Amino acid sequence: MTILDRVKALLGEGALLESGTDRVPRIAPGSPDAVALLLSTAHQEGWRVRIEGAGTWLPSDAPTDLALTTRRLDRVPAIEPQDLTATAEAGIGLDQLRQQLADRGAWLAVDPPGLAGRTLGSIVATATAGPLRQGFGPVKDHLLGVTFVTGDGRMVQSGGRVMKNVAGYDLTRLQAGGFGAFGVIVLVHLRLRALPRADVTHVLEGSRDELTQVAEDIAASGLTPAALELVSPALARRDRWVLAVRLVGSPTLVASDEAGLGRFAKLRAEEGHGFWMRLAEGFAVRPVTFRIGGVPAASDELLDLLQHQVGDEWISAAPAAGAIRWSGDATVDRLQRLRRTLAALEVPLTLERAPWTVRTAVGHFGAYREGAGPLVAGLRRTFDPGGALVVATDGE
Amino acid sequence: MSRPTLAAALTSIVGARHVRQAPAERATYAMDGLATHRRLPDVVVLPGTREEVIAVIRLLATLGIPFVPRGAGTGLSGGALAQDGAVLIVLTRLNRILKLDPANRSAVVEPGVVNARLSAATRPHGLYYAPDPSSQSACTIGGNVAENAGGPHCLKYGVTANHILALEVVLATGETVVLGSPGGEPWGPDLVGLFVGSEGNFGVATRISVRLTPLPRAVRTLLADFMALRAAGEGVSAIIAAGIVPAALEMMDQSCIQAVEDSVYAAGYPRDAAAVLLVELDGRDDGAAETEADAVTAILKGAGARGVRSAKNEAERERLWQGRKKAFGAMGRLSRDLVVQDAVVPRSALPDVLETIAGIAARHGLVVSNVFHAGDGNLHPNISFDATDAAMRAHVEEASAEIMGACIAAGGTITGEHGVGLDKLRYMPLIFDAESLGAMHAVRRVFDPDERVNPGKVVPVHACREWARSANPGTMPRGSGAVNPGAPPRGQPVLAQ
Repeated sequence: MTILDRVKALLGEGALLESGTDRVPRIAPGSPDAVALLLSTAHQEGWRVRIEGAGTWLPSDAPTDLALTTRRLDRVPAIEPQDLTATAEAGIGLDQLRQQLADRGAWLAVDPPGLAGRTLGSIVATATAGPLRQGFGPVKDHLLGVTFVTGDGRMVQSGGRVMKNVAGYDLTRLQAGGFGAFGVIVLVHLRLRALPRADVTHVLEGSRDELTQVAEDIAASGLTPAALELVSPALARRDRWVLAVRLVGSPTLVASDEAGLGRFAKLRAEEGHGFWMRLAEGFAVRPVTFRIGGVPAASDELLDLLQHQVGDEWISAAPAAGAIRWSGDATVDRLQRLRRTLAALEVPLTLERAPWTVRTAVGHFGAYREGAGPLVAGLRRTFDPGGALVVATDGE
Repeated sequence: MSRPTLAAALTSIVGARHVRQAPAERATYAMDGLATHRRLPDVVVLPGTREEVIAVIRLLATLGIPFVPRGAGTGLSGGALAQDGAVLIVLTRLNRILKLDPANRSAVVEPGVVNARLSAATRPHGLYYAPDPSSQSACTIGGNVAENAGGPHCLKYGVTANHILALEVVLATGETVVLGSPGGEPWGPDLVGLFVGSEGNFGVATRISVRLTPLPRAVRTLLADFMALRAAGEGVSAIIAAGIVPAALEMMDQSCIQAVEDSVYAAGYPRDAAAVLLVELDGRDDGAAETEADAVTAILKGAGARGVRSAKNEAERERLWQGRKKAFGAMGRLSRDLVVQDAVVPRSALPDVLETIAGIAARHGLVVSNVFHAGDGNLHPNISFDATDAAMRAHVEEASAEIMGACIAAGGTITGEHGVGLDKLRYMPLIFDAESLGAMHAVRRVFDPDERVNPGKVVPVHACREWARSANPGTMPRGSGAVNPGAPPRGQPVLAQ
């Protein structure tokens, strides 16, 4: 019996999707229990499985026996506008989720890089926060709990649906940014905000140095923008670097904050929307995307370092948060060298997106600090004892 | 190994002054802030440096002796109690602020630094450490990390986990690991996030990098009083639903108000009110804070507030907050013993759950006072009782379990900031199935394979599905583990005699 026959028998014909160019069977379980059944079987049979969402972020190119896509897990079992919480399955596209939330007056303050249809599970698993991290924190801050299935098919619940929760260890934080190495996220409990009544974007063009100083001044002024992002000319599709400020909240407070911005140019609503959308999509175009995180005061130095080592054509940075995202083309050797250089400065580099040959050589993670590597390996063995989940965690 | 021999070995590391083995000395450490649990440690050791911590832990690893890390002992879950031959490692002597970095809004501290002292040290730089548990004048940052402590101002600024950038941790073996980075970005999976809130089960944090927050430039503190508890709960929901995130949004019921007003912490709360809300709003300038304060005042009046007043100056603000923060102490006037409970419910469930709790209290003939973080649905029902009365102790046990059950039934959880420790062990199977508890147990064993660090806490091992031996886990129905929520709980607390 072939793998395909086994899967058909387990999950039914409807779970089989068309294969990609590499002809790896693509399976779309229709429920969390079906994911557990599939992975349990994969574990017992020794099948190697790659995890996919909508297929718009990480390339679907890991060599495996089958691809498990979450795209049929696209239900939103609960939206509670009064409590500002929601529960959504991992395969729902962010665009669809946003719309359903907006219809109920709620908002998920996350704006990840990539196309609008990226799945929620992909965003959580890769912890890819966008410019809104400045005002609303990283992806993990928006999670109340997750349900995931381990590599050997166990269904594990972590966290809950309420605003505060310290019952048990926080396995939710392990899953956020785990790149699927510790299981397949199937259900996510989210912390929401009220849909802002005002949402405006202002931009200022100039030299990188000049705009970095302006960003520092804004951060020091007590203004608390939702986003404060320094964007390279190519990425912003402008002639010069752009500092973009996004303000959200009540009309009165936003208007008051706008008054403090001075010489920025205000974008019309659709222009502002387009600006942030293009920025997000820009990171899904070139072959390699990574993020680094340093201390805020080192942002300028880190931008210089990136410019010197890999160029700064496609780059976006939150100087006040110390976060930088880079996109472009880079060899394995160059990425490994850059990671070593940054590690010496105590700055982690997370490879977010790249072809399999680069991912497997460089690894999403690496350059662990003292003693952390064995813990990561131990956690990996715990949640995927047979190594069924094919994830390039550590590189070569 | 005999106690004197072990004490001698520990003395060779930290000196005789810092090893406690006499019964009276050890009795000091037999409880934490929750007086319903009592465990006498075998030996107490107080290392003064990270090197001494490492040496002590290596010694205990060599001898295979379990140990329990402890900060100031202000925890409220029996989490820092040592039992069954475990050594208590008290970290209060590691109390240095190692680095202040105002430019990057961060600091590096040892675990024994007192929460309020850190904010006092950073205030001249226009910064503070945002998590502010009610015990902040005594509790330590290390304890805050272990418990993922919260506090009134966590509504807007987040709990401890949101403020920890990096950790140096000594594992059970005595090996040192470094988790996280100075900017807060993880090197791989978020091991800092996993460690925070692990209640000392994963190791001992010896260096803690924290994020600091700019002091608010303008603050408005409002006191709203209601003649019905339900109306106050509805006022809370209305504020949040309007998209306003106050810095703090606290509620006290009448029993709590009266205890405070009868005490030296009297804050001027109206004694006849069924409930008061303390709402704090901050902003970058007076105009911004005032705008939000006006909006909140209108919402609260719409919800039925009898009156809403704003603190006129800093002294009045401090007085209003002192009443809230010292409310637990004020309840000492009501009875000789107090159980401080901790649970979380969806905000919209607050009015119903508060009524249910009042019903439970009436049925058991107990006084339950509520003082809590209403903005995030984090309840603290406090049961006043006399522990010398066996019948009353039984009622307290039953009422506590019923309150937890009501919170779980409302979609909530058993602890929002106090942790599981010993006190909530028996409730864990009510919110996690055997597979999920098994996963937690397995993670603990990655950090501490012999389960020697703070044994017997957080995860009820008897309720876990065996992680290594399950034959066909994918096909097992969830929630079908060998757990019967109605069965007599094991590991239940022992009320103080």
